Amino acid sequence: MHGRLCIMTCLFVATAARAGEWRGYAAGELLGFLEDPMQPAQHDGYAALAFEPEYFHEWNNRHDLFTFKPYLLADTHDSRRTHVDLRELSWIHAARDWETNVGISKVFWGVTEAAHLVDVINQTDRVVDEDGEDKLGQPMAKLSLIRDWGVLDLFVLPGFRERTFPGRAGRPRFGIPVSDDARYESGARDHHIDFAARWSNSIGAFDIGIAHFTGTSREPRFIALPGAIGGTTVSEITPYYEIINQTSLDLQATSGGWLWKLEAVTRSGQGERFDSMAGGYEYTFVGVNDSAVDVGMITEYLYDSRGDDIDPATVLASRPFALSPFQNDLVLGTRITLNDVASSELLFSVIFDLEGGGQSFNLEASRRLGNAWKLSLEARGLANIPSDDVFASLADDTRLRIELARYF
Amino acid sequence: MTIRHYLLPLLLLCLLPPGAGAQTPEDKGLAIATEADRRDSGFGDYTNDIKMILRNRQGQESTREIRSETLEVADDGDKILTIFDEPADVRGTALLSFTHKQGPDDQWLYLPALKRVKRIASDNKSGPFMGSEFAYEDITSREVDKYTYRYLRDERIDGMDMFVLERYPKDEKSGYTRQVIWLDKAHYKERRIDYYDRKDSLLKTLVFTDYHQYGDNFWRAHDMFMENHQTGKSTRLLQKNFRFNVGLTDRDFDKNSLKRAR
Repeated sequence: MHGRLCIMTCLFVATAARAGEWRGYAAGELLGFLEDPMQPAQHDGYAALAFEPEYFHEWNNRHDLFTFKPYLLADTHDSRRTHVDLRELSWIHAARDWETNVGISKVFWGVTEAAHLVDVINQTDRVVDEDGEDKLGQPMAKLSLIRDWGVLDLFVLPGFRERTFPGRAGRPRFGIPVSDDARYESGARDHHIDFAARWSNSIGAFDIGIAHFTGTSREPRFIALPGAIGGTTVSEITPYYEIINQTSLDLQATSGGWLWKLEAVTRSGQGERFDSMAGGYEYTFVGVNDSAVDVGMITEYLYDSRGDDIDPATVLASRPFALSPFQNDLVLGTRITLNDVASSELLFSVIFDLEGGGQSFNLEASRRLGNAWKLSLEARGLANIPSDDVFASLADDTRLRIELARYF
Repeated sequence: MTIRHYLLPLLLLCLLPPGAGAQTPEDKGLAIATEADRRDSGFGDYTNDIKMILRNRQGQESTREIRSETLEVADDGDKILTIFDEPADVRGTALLSFTHKQGPDDQWLYLPALKRVKRIASDNKSGPFMGSEFAYEDITSREVDKYTYRYLRDERIDGMDMFVLERYPKDEKSGYTRQVIWLDKAHYKERRIDYYDRKDSLLKTLVFTDYHQYGDNFWRAHDMFMENHQTGKSTRLLQKNFRFNVGLTDRDFDKNSLKRAR
């Protein structure tokens, strides 16, 4: 009886549900390069327009949520960067101790800044930006059990999305173009049904997640097909998607101004089993010199047991090889937050390759203009890259990106 | 010593609440703060909408709009879910706070563009909330145990009898050395707070007006005006649409509900 009363109360006291609302942004982007392009098809400058509206509808006292979020990107030169994607088309139903999410959606796992190793549900939309944080919508049926012992998320993932890569005119890109005709290990190709499970909980200062994924690897290896090999040169590489099993841990400890972070992954299915990890800390100095400015110091170490050397014999024998950038790298960065009316912030980081010796520079800054506009600036580049490095073909791609977005 | 010197303290004692006989100013300050807290407990849960108008020295204004849900937790601080509506670029961002009577609060920030829930350091209590003149601690650190107290005096302002107390943050990360608070005697409602910075200079004044009564004994100021005396900036925080006892539970204050916030 008491239980029924409670349910009745919950049904009749609706919190302010938001019915049928649109929001989103439209943005213009300019991308300029300091050096001349290394590939004849590439350009010195690019322009692009992006549009991401979102429609959502809440009902049943906010226990049901429908979301529709398409994404459109048009680029002046790179026809493969110009694309449309359905980021979300999903229905979430929330009950007292469980929740379902059915449709196309996006899920983020992880804690570190420079690399996102454990984040395997959605495919990376690599042509939007190189930071790996833009994702393609993933078809899924997800059940979350929300209990005292934590949250258990169970995923069925029908339908695989191929990673996007820049076209021949795209910049930056590998010196060797990536084919858009991918190969698969499974005969089911992109219809293979993948599964994942993740347990997560917050225990005191710790936020912990343990996950397992079995299915088509979001990160492909590559093959130089015989037709693309002429002597010792390769004209095109083909993404090769294998079936993997991956177990991961993500952990953050939060104490005072300290965030301690760890992501660790072990994966089988792409040749030998390998391990990768990213770990470190972020410490924030709050209100520097009695101002409102916060300054964060970021240190992360990135490890991948595969190494980043590619054996030419493997490539020329049309056997799969991995392009893993972070095998033994140190990340040093700073995050400056002004806490002003314009929400001005800046993130600068350098990734040091402790084996090869090269460095990667990344600067991201943004501020709001008025109440609805946002100006973002991004500068990226590589320095001191040895000529035999896998990423040597990106050495002359020092770039500046300016984006002006209007939110509605 | 004349008889008048005996009389004045005796008369003052008669005006004190019963049982306040041999109190030190510290005891009395704590007793008043505890009573104010007691009078505002038992609300269960509520939701409300907040609009902040930020004004700089030149008079330029910008606005912030947020929705807030609060759940009272027995023997601990409140759980608060804050959803940001304006400015448009942070629309859909949400903040989940588990405040605690003692020790640091727990906070998770949801970034809708990345679908990422980030546990954030709660060390930034002295920092501005959304670029306004309100610091995080002005909004979240309201638990009695987060301060020590000293009763200063009684005062009559605008026809209202008030207690004037001083409180001292226990947390060394606080941006303040002390705060002077005016509470009306009728309902123990906050009427004004003067904030003193780390150099003990007067930094800000917060004035509470337009109080509305909800249920039998819950009072909420619909207008809170914070003025920064050192920079000339100000923030007016307007609250509306209070709804008490809407039936919120712990389930409305977890990471799943944070990700579902729109």
